[in-house]
Amino acid sequence: MSKGSLDAPAKPVNSLSHEVHSEDVTPLQVLSPEGEVINPEFMPDLTDDQLKEIMYRMVFTRAWDDRAINLGRQGRLGFYAPVSGQEGTMVGSEYALTKDDFVCPGYRDMPQLVWHGLPLYQAFLYSRGHQHGGQIPEGVNVLMPQIIIGAQILHATGIAMGFKLKGEKRVAITYTGDGGSSEGDFYEGLNYAGSFKLPVIYFVQNNGYAITTPFAKQTGAQSIAHKALAAGIRGLQIDGMDVLAVIYAVQQAAAIARDGGGATLIEALTYRFRPHSMSDDATKYRTKEEEQEWSLRDPLIRFGKYLESKGLWSEEDTARVREEAKNTVNEHIKKAEQTEKMTVNGLIDSMFETTPAHLEEQKADFQ
Amino acid sequence: MAQMNMIEAIKDAMRVELKRDPNVLIFGEDVGHVGGVFRATEGLQAEFGENRVFDTPLAESAIGGLAVGLGTQGFRPIAEIQFVGFIFEALDQMFVQAARMRYRSGGRYNAPIVFRTPFGGGVKAAELHTDSLEGLAIQTPGIKVIVPSNPYDAKGLLISAIRDNDPVFFMEHLNLYRAFRDEVPEGEYTVPIGKANVVREGADVTIIAYGLMVHTAKKAADELAKEGINAEIIDLRTLMPLDIDTIVESIKKTNRAIVVQEAQKTSGAAAEIIAQINEKAILHLEAPVLRCAGPDTIYPFAQIEDAWLPTPARIVKTAKQVLEF
Repeated sequence: MSKGSLDAPAKPVNSLSHEVHSEDVTPLQVLSPEGEVINPEFMPDLTDDQLKEIMYRMVFTRAWDDRAINLGRQGRLGFYAPVSGQEGTMVGSEYALTKDDFVCPGYRDMPQLVWHGLPLYQAFLYSRGHQHGGQIPEGVNVLMPQIIIGAQILHATGIAMGFKLKGEKRVAITYTGDGGSSEGDFYEGLNYAGSFKLPVIYFVQNNGYAITTPFAKQTGAQSIAHKALAAGIRGLQIDGMDVLAVIYAVQQAAAIARDGGGATLIEALTYRFRPHSMSDDATKYRTKEEEQEWSLRDPLIRFGKYLESKGLWSEEDTARVREEAKNTVNEHIKKAEQTEKMTVNGLIDSMFETTPAHLEEQKADFQ
Repeated sequence: MAQMNMIEAIKDAMRVELKRDPNVLIFGEDVGHVGGVFRATEGLQAEFGENRVFDTPLAESAIGGLAVGLGTQGFRPIAEIQFVGFIFEALDQMFVQAARMRYRSGGRYNAPIVFRTPFGGGVKAAELHTDSLEGLAIQTPGIKVIVPSNPYDAKGLLISAIRDNDPVFFMEHLNLYRAFRDEVPEGEYTVPIGKANVVREGADVTIIAYGLMVHTAKKAADELAKEGINAEIIDLRTLMPLDIDTIVESIKKTNRAIVVQEAQKTSGAAAEIIAQINEKAILHLEAPVLRCAGPDTIYPFAQIEDAWLPTPARIVKTAKQVLEF
């Protein structure tokens, strides 16, 4: 039996002469959990209408998530990764960009795609496993959700290089979770962006868990933001339950990137109130206390209180938006269900620009 | 016309395409300033600039991912993986991301990428420089696989590959880079992807080969000719899609065939070729189709690779087995 333990001390007990050090990080915050402005210097420049639009999108996304869970249970949706709790990071980070900017999502990041222009019924088709779900409309600058954790980090890096080569003032943003920051592709992407000074934002939604594995088991690093140092890019940590902090950070990073200043890694501390996926039981690895503690930081409550204090939002507004979301979801799930069924021959024809002879031949089996 | 070896022909193809299409980019490890470890891109950065031909950090997955990202933005990347054994680092980007881009986006995006990689034995290289990994590629839906055997084909096929709007794995045999010179036309011409070439006509047995094995088969055919046996040699040139029609036409004439591959025996290109022959030409066969291939070991240590790789003598022996069946 080993006498050792895999639980390392929080900090190295000894030090080397000439050892490199990094500063501790503190998350950027604008609003307190009570919805009070505690750091006005980081307040993004937003009109009242914009503030209301952001709240509208967050409430809509929460209602959509609620409805999607039910649709999943009814068998009307397939693969679905819940998002409740992460509306601040998802809605805020997308809102901070322009429609010309490019989004490379992970599999949980459907809200960013929809708010960037992907029709909701196509998001549902993606969930149901229909090819039309991935047929992104022309002019909507997103890739399909990425299942291979880390692969999207490299695609955003390449897309950002394309913007740089064309001299376009556009930014690519890509998302992964805390577990994703352990992948080789995560590091390779950051490092390429550092080397080529690319206009890209690596946005990590650290919700504390990669399925059942807590963040402390991913790395000995104090934060994910620190990993930027290894690549020579900017890194910062933000309160991901604070949508204004998210918007501020992404707007700043985007402005620097557009100005030729290169890439930024943003680590947003957040929490998902629901399980990892519909086939996951979070009660096996999370405590009720922990869930309650995080629910006090709910981005909707916090931002809602702030807007209420400014007279911009009320409970009636929330109820109205939830009703509207429910109707929109119903309309779009119907549209998804009415979409023409795929055929095997259609799949064969979508493999290459010109279908090679052997595939043409294989169609005969499916006439 | 100019006399070129295969590496010069490959460089010429890239030069022609860099000039013709401003979206063509070349990148990889050491391909820029120095012009590649085999000088396949020598002088191209000086001629076309660092925005068209550039070095990357040493990370193959990122080279693949960069190509996929750039491909979605209208660029036509030629991404070099320095040696074939290093594609394992890039497999997700090559065989998952690039190969599936058109399909999973229902045609909204595509991956007009050429992944160039040197491979192939007989040069006493270090580990993982020479393995024949085409078998992995041909069983991956969505990516085409090309293995040229001479300078003329290499240039014409590479131009076709660069112009193809789907991803291509372009495998360049190390032992053929500077093996001989051939007449290669100046300027642009294409060799169609998916078309094999009958490089020697014969009536007694068909030898199907690609890459260096085309030349080993030619030596074997010379030996067989001394005994009055006329072998027909097919150079496949493209492994995916496979030109099964040319193979079947030849077998209708010879009624016998063998497949020669440098890769280990099991589940490689030869297995697929034989399966397709069984489906399409069984009534024309007088004997089973046999494989002449490396044994199912890991690629051999340099000191013993000449014995491990198919030799003219082993090809002659395999051909005689089907002739005497």
